[in-house]
Amino acid sequence: MTQTWLLIAVVFSVLLVGTAIGEEMRRRRPGDPIARDWNARADAWWGMTVILGLALLGGFWVVLFLFAFLSFAALREFVTIAHLDRSDHFAWAAVIFLILPAQYALVAAELPRIYSLFIPVYGLVLVPVISVVTGRTKRFLRRVGSLQMAMMVCIYGVSHVPALVTLELYGGERQGLLLVAFLAIVTQGATTLQHLFGRLYGRTPIAPALSAKKTWEGFIGGILSAGVLGGLFYWITPFSPAAAAGLAFVATSLGLLAGLVMSAIKRDAGIREWGHSLPGEGGFLDRLDPVIFAAPVFFHLVRYGWAS
Amino acid sequence: MTGRVLAFVMRLLAAPRTIWLQGGPVARQRVYFANHTSNADLPLIWTVLPPALRARTQPVAAADYWLKNDVRAFFGRDVFRGVLVDRRPEARADGEDPMATIRAALDSGQSLIIFPEGRRNESRKKLLPFRAGLYNMAVSHPAVEFVPVWIENLNKVMPRGEVVPIPLICTVAFGEPMAVVEGEGKDAFLVRARAALLDVRKKAA
Repeated sequence: MTQTWLLIAVVFSVLLVGTAIGEEMRRRRPGDPIARDWNARADAWWGMTVILGLALLGGFWVVLFLFAFLSFAALREFVTIAHLDRSDHFAWAAVIFLILPAQYALVAAELPRIYSLFIPVYGLVLVPVISVVTGRTKRFLRRVGSLQMAMMVCIYGVSHVPALVTLELYGGERQGLLLVAFLAIVTQGATTLQHLFGRLYGRTPIAPALSAKKTWEGFIGGILSAGVLGGLFYWITPFSPAAAAGLAFVATSLGLLAGLVMSAIKRDAGIREWGHSLPGEGGFLDRLDPVIFAAPVFFHLVRYGWAS
Repeated sequence: MTGRVLAFVMRLLAAPRTIWLQGGPVARQRVYFANHTSNADLPLIWTVLPPALRARTQPVAAADYWLKNDVRAFFGRDVFRGVLVDRRPEARADGEDPMATIRAALDSGQSLIIFPEGRRNESRKKLLPFRAGLYNMAVSHPAVEFVPVWIENLNKVMPRGEVVPIPLICTVAFGEPMAVVEGEGKDAFLVRARAALLDVRKKAA
């Protein structure tokens, strides 16, 4: 419990300092794009901290329902840009109203052996079968591809965040809620730090066809500093400082690379942001994308190495 | 109460992104005229209007659809407080004039929602030709503002014949108010109104 209060104190202090720096920049150089960017990020961090913080204080069920809703909202955005064929209507409905609740029910029932396979094995077969039976074969691969990607991204990835809460680690006491906080801090931290390093030293684009802003310098700076960040927060986890840094490093590498994939999907669909639901922040998927791929990897590594 | 639940469900399923191309929602007497591709068009416009405006806005709706069974009648009459007119002349009572019903609603100061295509557009065309009713309203009530409203994507939420909706993000865009110009004929006004609505579509994209 003392860890929780200490974490709250640390996070709020950092946010307060960040906000103060932003205000100072705004006062000195009003209208400066860097200052505006900084302040927008500070606002987003406040929003995320308050929502996730309250959910974590509420416990497992609140976290579960929060992320189930985020999955739903993410799917809503994904469907909007997917190649929506009239004959896939039922398949999409099944993904949203059957697969999504089933996955979260399995998480709630604490059946990791099943929920870590349910979508990649059963979902990946059953949903295309619905499309075959109810639909046509025109552009089949493309249609089924977007259904499968939607399931993996919006349901599978996101559901592994509340799944962390249920992990029973060596040493008895459940610390899952703090693991969620840890993952959120390092992944969201990594995107911000990647952005910062990219701005300062960015030179070599990772994917020239996609974006000149996403650079190797930003990426490497982001994951290395996220590793350091993970090490600094080791005390909220059951890990040693080195292990915490290593896990943060691996999870955020995947998270940032996944960001490239999600950007490519957006680019292909001709949109800049996934939605307009969050003022100034785009859609839910824009906020979630670093966590989506980091969560299953982090879950897998922790379960493999530390679960009892 | 039912209205609030309905608005909440619409927000979950259609996550409407509302755009006001000129000004915001204002409490003037208006006729919102929109494209019609889905039965949920009316609930969606109704959802995105601020509650204060909603209370003063009534849809012009087809009695032959909304009075078909008790559930529809409950929503059509009690929730949306529809100005119900029958599209089938043979079903109307003697001397019943749908335009008179609509004019009476405008006389009472209410804003209206109307789908000037007269039925759901299931063709490949973006808009069907407009019916004359819109012009008649504009002539009899020249002070009322006519606001084009473009609804995008909603027909994908629940295409005809489907039972389960799939949630996605819809757009509701309100355009610049217009009115009939002195001496403007029916066809000219309807062409202009149609062009205005298509223009909203383009600007909202």
